[in-house]
Amino acid sequence: MNAQKPLYGLMAEFDDPDALVEAAKRVHAEGYRKVDAYSPFPIEPVWEALHADDRRVQLFVLIGGITGCLAGFGLCYWTQVIAYPLNIGGRPFNSWPSFIPVTFETTILFAAFTAVLGMIALNGLPMPYHPVFNVPRFSRASQDGFFLAIEAADPKFDRSRTFEFLKSLGAKEVDEVEP
Amino acid sequence: MDPTTPARPTGYSPPPPVIEPGHTFRSVTDQISSIVLTRRHPLAWLITLLIGFLFVNVLGVAVGYLLLKGIGIWGNNIPVGWAFDIINFVWWIGIGHAGTLISAILLLLRQDWRTSINRFAEAMTLFAVACAAMFPLIHTGRPWLAAYWLFPYPNTMSLWPQFRSPLIWDVFAVSTYASVSALFWYVGLIPDFATMRDKAKRRFAQYTFGALSLGWRGSARHWQRYETAYLLLAGMSTPLVLSVHTVVSFDFSVGIVPGWHATIFPPYFVAGAIYAGFAMVLTLAIPLRRMYGLEDFITMRHLENMAKVTLVTGLIVVYGYAMEAFYAWYSANQYEKFMIVNRMTGPYGWVYWLLIFCNGIVPQTLWIKRLRTNTIWLFIMALIVSVGMWLERFVIIVTSLHRDFLPSSWDMYYPTIWDFATFFGTVGLFVTLMFLFVRLLPMISIFEVRTLLPDAKVKGSEGH
Repeated sequence: MNAQKPLYGLMAEFDDPDALVEAAKRVHAEGYRKVDAYSPFPIEPVWEALHADDRRVQLFVLIGGITGCLAGFGLCYWTQVIAYPLNIGGRPFNSWPSFIPVTFETTILFAAFTAVLGMIALNGLPMPYHPVFNVPRFSRASQDGFFLAIEAADPKFDRSRTFEFLKSLGAKEVDEVEP
Repeated sequence: MDPTTPARPTGYSPPPPVIEPGHTFRSVTDQISSIVLTRRHPLAWLITLLIGFLFVNVLGVAVGYLLLKGIGIWGNNIPVGWAFDIINFVWWIGIGHAGTLISAILLLLRQDWRTSINRFAEAMTLFAVACAAMFPLIHTGRPWLAAYWLFPYPNTMSLWPQFRSPLIWDVFAVSTYASVSALFWYVGLIPDFATMRDKAKRRFAQYTFGALSLGWRGSARHWQRYETAYLLLAGMSTPLVLSVHTVVSFDFSVGIVPGWHATIFPPYFVAGAIYAGFAMVLTLAIPLRRMYGLEDFITMRHLENMAKVTLVTGLIVVYGYAMEAFYAWYSANQYEKFMIVNRMTGPYGWVYWLLIFCNGIVPQTLWIKRLRTNTIWLFIMALIVSVGMWLERFVIIVTSLHRDFLPSSWDMYYPTIWDFATFFGTVGLFVTLMFLFVRLLPMISIFEVRTLLPDAKVKGSEGH
């Protein structure tokens, strides 16, 4: 082990989702905070174990929906009442029930876009390069591998002690992650 | 038997598993991704694609000639101003609805069997909406002018679309539907793009899938936001899909034409859309699972469930036909009464009875389990349903318009060769896009199928 080489962190591989959940719980209990787990499908207990609970996507969607609602109704109102008023059979210019379908559609449209773009932005994607990809085995994280990485930036991180700790959690293999 | 298992009532057999037993994360990944990455494609795939592409060329000629000559090449003329274009538009957009129903509504209802069919059902939605959107555009005859007729943009004439018109609601509903469906589809593909990136051997495939995956690495913190966003999208797509066909039905029901001006139209149209869409999913799923040996993922249980949905929505549609006749009598309105008599016994009466045969009688065979689980019969039945739903729109549009209030303006409608060329051209476009999709992208959601495997269940947690 070359102690001088800069390090992103240490990555442990586990056999199955159960082992990953167990390890995530223990790592969090040990006080590590700059930790992330990698799995080929969503495993709710894992992010619960890491106390990852970001609710900003919901907030963004709410804001996006309200914006879309106002934009849709505003578009109908402005064009039909202010910019280009047309008398259709004596109906009021602000015939708001006819504006509801468009308002509804723009609400959904804006909310859906904020949901997706918000999720992508909060995840920091697109990110073509990330240190975890330097571990050759990591390509299995999108197929059948379950990984857990502790960053060197974590205050509790110590190269050899963390290595031993990850080993003691039943990791199949622990790799160093180059930055 | 395990003594701790509670006794089941006699005669109960648990539903078969959604995925055939014996699969692992690796086998699932390999089997689905190999279709795109390594496997040779069956001859049937190539032949179907070529036939589809032939009709894409027919579409090109038909639309080219239309732009050159104008819509006079079609059979529609006053009083039947709406004919094949709107029939085809409603037919295609209806087919798309099953994709969203499978991906969004069945997700919210926790129907885990949706997982193996949602990806290609969503692709079907996108391609069907693309075919549908063509028709209103080319129906204008001058699609390059359609921009300011349809979309509210500040033009030099200071004109704005009429927001009190259902036709403009339709523009917003269909374009929102297309955008949100595309988003939903793409979001579902991101983790699978990462799998494809890591499985691909060729550099070009690695770069392409890598770029499309946005650098997805399966982080738990990412999954948490991903699942939130996906669930919210499903929640938003559910009212959206119902609104789309509702708005499509407003195109008719807001008009005061006999046979159109009915409050039953929105639910009746939505049920018809789901009915036609599930028939189309069956039409696609049955040959694809055979062609690529996907019987482990798209099991008989899937086909049977889809057949049941088809049966139920088919009955709702038949109820709609019955109610149309009932209203005509109960309203005591002579025009409505004439409309239904003309529909059943007039010059297009044979179309009406053919429609009743296709939508009312043929799907009743699905009550019988032996027929419901016979893939050949299901395939034929699904094709008949597709024809029936097309005839339904023909009946609604043409028979209502061709004889309305004033007998002096009555006339007959006959489609021309160009009407048929355009319609079959879009069928070819749909088939081509579907078969290219199967070749280029994983047609079953790999990461969601992984979650169905017994290995994916985490012990000691609540059964999610």
